[in-house]
Amino acid sequence: MPYTAKIKVTLRQSILDVQGKAVEHALKNLGYGTVESARIGKYIEVTINEQDLLQAERIANEISQKLLSNPVMENYSFELEHL
Amino acid sequence: MADVLVGVVVFPGSNCDHDTEYAVASFDGVRPVMLWHNEHDLKGARAIILPGGFSYGDYLRAGSIARFSPIMQEVIEFARKGFPVLGICNGFQVLLESGLLEGALSRNRDKKFLCCQTNIRPVNCATIFTDQYNEGDVLSIPIAHGEGNYFAPSEVIESLEDHDQIVFKYTDSLGEVTDEANPNGSLKNIAGIINRQGNVLGLMPHPERASEKLLGSLDGRPLFESLYKHIVGS
Repeated sequence: MPYTAKIKVTLRQSILDVQGKAVEHALKNLGYGTVESARIGKYIEVTINEQDLLQAERIANEISQKLLSNPVMENYSFELEHL
Repeated sequence: MADVLVGVVVFPGSNCDHDTEYAVASFDGVRPVMLWHNEHDLKGARAIILPGGFSYGDYLRAGSIARFSPIMQEVIEFARKGFPVLGICNGFQVLLESGLLEGALSRNRDKKFLCCQTNIRPVNCATIFTDQYNEGDVLSIPIAHGEGNYFAPSEVIESLEDHDQIVFKYTDSLGEVTDEANPNGSLKNIAGIINRQGNVLGLMPHPERASEKLLGSLDGRPLFESLYKHIVGS
């Protein structure tokens, strides 16, 4: 049974998130005075045809480091769901 | 003597490849050769240029998918052997993603895509890409990017400074490095950096768009002249 890796990639806190800033301002303009900040990241679903959880985890880690995130400016996290 | 070949890589989504080809072809002694992203053959090129554009639609992150294209495996090998590789704009982003240069480029500080003339200053004129410039030259070269905000951890910035790897900085028209002259928020006004070995240069401004009198500036030409002097002479 394959696994779905639900991967989140977010900008590191030290990196200015201009998209998030624009959304934050828009929300404030809409009157949501209690909105303090917004940050935008990426959500990526990858189906991995592996039977073994550890193997699926290894692949999810590897692809997140190698391609899906840039460690200089981004962090990633993921959950694995058994299909 | 046969012309020395300069490879210009073409990714799907490159859009400065022909400008770069045109600029290369305007010099004596060198000839451009176009290299398609799916190829593994550098066709005898003695230097490689990664042009500007939106390789692979800038999907995921600018340059991140181009970095794994077949031709890039050869370009990385070529660079590791010490041959010259120049990345312009999106090409700079590809070089950073491929680890040939350190750091990353995030979105411009003011959220805008910037397409305008900028002033930059070569702050290291002792490289194979800049030895035809003089310290103190203030160049007028255009930029056109949405993600040109150079970032690197402080220890990387220190190391770049210690080893004279910062090659171009954004300045005002007098050559002063000021925050107002920084178009995109890049740390230390960095517009271009070189690797430690001195054979891989990446920069956001477009020297190929400042290499023809009709386009209003010839300030990009000495960059190509420096490179060609190096490869034709070697």
